Amino acid sequence: MSFRHEVIEKNAILLLVLTLITVSIGGMVQIIPLFTIESTIERVEGERPYSPLEQMGRNIYTREGCYLCHSQQIRPFKDEVERYGHYSLAAESMYDHPFQWGSKRTGPDLARVGGRYSNDWHVAHLTSPRAVVPESVMPAYPFLAERPLHYDDIADHLKALRATGVPYTDDMITNAKADLEAQANPDADSAALLKRYPKAVVAKFNAGSTEITELDALIAYLQMLGTLVPISNIPPDRLKQ
Amino acid sequence: MSSTTVSATARPAPRYVEDVVRVAMILTMFWGVVAFLAGVVIAAQLVWPQLSFDSQYLTFGRLRPLHTSAAIFAFGGTALIGTAFHVVQRTCRARLFGGAPMGWFVLLGYQFFIVIAASGYLLGITESKEYAEPEWYADLWLTIVWVAYLLAYLGTILKREEPHIYVANWFYLAFIITIAMLHIVNNVSIPVSFTGTKSYSLYAGVQDAMIQWWYGHNAVGFFLTAAFLGMMYYFIPKAANRPVYSYRLSIIHFWALVFLYIWAGPHHLHYTSLPDWAQTLGMIFSVMLWMPSWGGMINGLMTLSGAWDKLRTDPGLRFSVTAVGFYGMSTFEGPVMSIRAVNSLSHYTDWTIGHVHSGALGWVAFIVFGTMYYLVPRLWGRTSMWSTRLIGWHYWIATLGIVLYISSMWVSGIMQGLMWRAYDELGFLQYSFVETVAAMHPFYMIRLLGGVFFLTGGLIMAFNMWRTVRGQPAGMVADTPVAVAA
Repeated sequence: MSFRHEVIEKNAILLLVLTLITVSIGGMVQIIPLFTIESTIERVEGERPYSPLEQMGRNIYTREGCYLCHSQQIRPFKDEVERYGHYSLAAESMYDHPFQWGSKRTGPDLARVGGRYSNDWHVAHLTSPRAVVPESVMPAYPFLAERPLHYDDIADHLKALRATGVPYTDDMITNAKADLEAQANPDADSAALLKRYPKAVVAKFNAGSTEITELDALIAYLQMLGTLVPISNIPPDRLKQ
Repeated sequence: MSSTTVSATARPAPRYVEDVVRVAMILTMFWGVVAFLAGVVIAAQLVWPQLSFDSQYLTFGRLRPLHTSAAIFAFGGTALIGTAFHVVQRTCRARLFGGAPMGWFVLLGYQFFIVIAASGYLLGITESKEYAEPEWYADLWLTIVWVAYLLAYLGTILKREEPHIYVANWFYLAFIITIAMLHIVNNVSIPVSFTGTKSYSLYAGVQDAMIQWWYGHNAVGFFLTAAFLGMMYYFIPKAANRPVYSYRLSIIHFWALVFLYIWAGPHHLHYTSLPDWAQTLGMIFSVMLWMPSWGGMINGLMTLSGAWDKLRTDPGLRFSVTAVGFYGMSTFEGPVMSIRAVNSLSHYTDWTIGHVHSGALGWVAFIVFGTMYYLVPRLWGRTSMWSTRLIGWHYWIATLGIVLYISSMWVSGIMQGLMWRAYDELGFLQYSFVETVAAMHPFYMIRLLGGVFFLTGGLIMAFNMWRTVRGQPAGMVADTPVAVAA
């Protein structure tokens, strides 16, 4: 054998560099094409950035670690499609920073939970899960209903997201605070909000409080999950990756 | 570097940095108990969900990252820093590069990282990517500490007196450099404000998922596997007083392991929106990974050739050898679960949780216990641990705990997977989701019992260690640290 491993064993820098090269290959092959192959994310209509209230609700979802028990990724199996709805598309999480697909279903999948339950059901369930589902092992989140949502810096959140590539316009950032308040107030004029964020659900989600609470934001997020892409209208070949 | 013609026995050993290693062992023990306790608490919450007491600080969602981080990063990471410094100095016959100040900076800087990350979880400060939850400021601090760790380790190897770099150091070095790469790439994020804690991951959706599991699986591959193989390659030959079984096998399985592991991430994303080509690559490489994994197991176990009788008299070594056995079992189970058809059943269920724990408890924790039972008496200049009998008790209680844990999770995981896909004779889904939750209840109780056993074993070890450290020095009192011959 002309090559002698001894050479590497006697040269720490060579060992380090060769190791680094060896461990880099797999990641590069698997990750870089996901940014360059156009069909990775299906071209479907309906996807839009989260509205300010939905994004703040999403931040509560991540803060509380909901992803540790709930997936947001429906697999293309008969039972999952019947239980949860159409299998998930890559396009449906294209503005998710970070993704929340999850890896464990201690509770059910939430990818298409939007519109399945009423706002009042969500309030009751999040406040006291076993009052609604006796067998549930979910923790109770009564504090969300009482705590006012902090959203003074909502424009900064949208700006940070724009820096990661989410297409928030100047118009969206300027009106972020007004849009957030309008979505939680069914009496307000929501025409401008719905123009910027089509299909946004407008409601006083947590009817038990006059303020905009953290629970309002979380429910606004849950109620839009999986509702944006009109799946049934899309020809199957458009779903190919 | 000195000439190799000088006989090894004639040279005085350098003055090794040992206080750092001693403190690292104590901290490892502390974090171990914390991690096991946190695990018991969240296991109990899945049996009795009222145990979150409606408090925002005690929900499963906030405590679970605390448990995983305490186990992997606090317990495992501190053990790795301590043993890496011990091993590299002795196998290189060189004092730690940067001396004690460098060692203290790495060890205590890492502890500071753990504390700011863990307190963040309880307060709801998280990037919410599994095993990479610390927010941007903690990530930046860890990067600084990790660079210092690499410098200390590499610097020590560079000034070694031994001509060859011992195999344990290849694994430790691969661990340090690869974790640096994974940590930096996966955690790139944009803070909302430099005075606030919240940041947004630079990546979204499918790319974020791929990068996260490229990170996540290789946290397993390099943090929990390669690094602990380094530990195995030093401490098992030392404790058994035998050379490593096959030098050639260690070369082949080292390069095969570091090359193949990094491809395995997508098996966490089977049947998701990740493109099929990436899933297929992940599956194929995961199955191939079985071979180098068993190469390591064979090398570890066969090192015992001719010294198997030591298992009767040295319960510490029994821990290390059982660890290698669990390593072999988990690294067979893993490739099986990475096959798409199997994964379609196992994914999202407790089977995954059981698999992780056969690796984390059976392999990682046991190899740490075995190492510490060897190292602690030597670091404090004792002839042995305070009580050999208690080591035996620890061994059996902990082993029983693991068996209860993983077998209950196999049953609950496979059962839940089958219930989700069951149809009745009329063609309807047979079970509602919540019926499958209720069916888990008895198995969650068994799992909790297994966790309590494992925690009890940890407490026995902590007591034994405390008595060893505080107890009567066995003969050889040392005003300078006792140098164990390499």
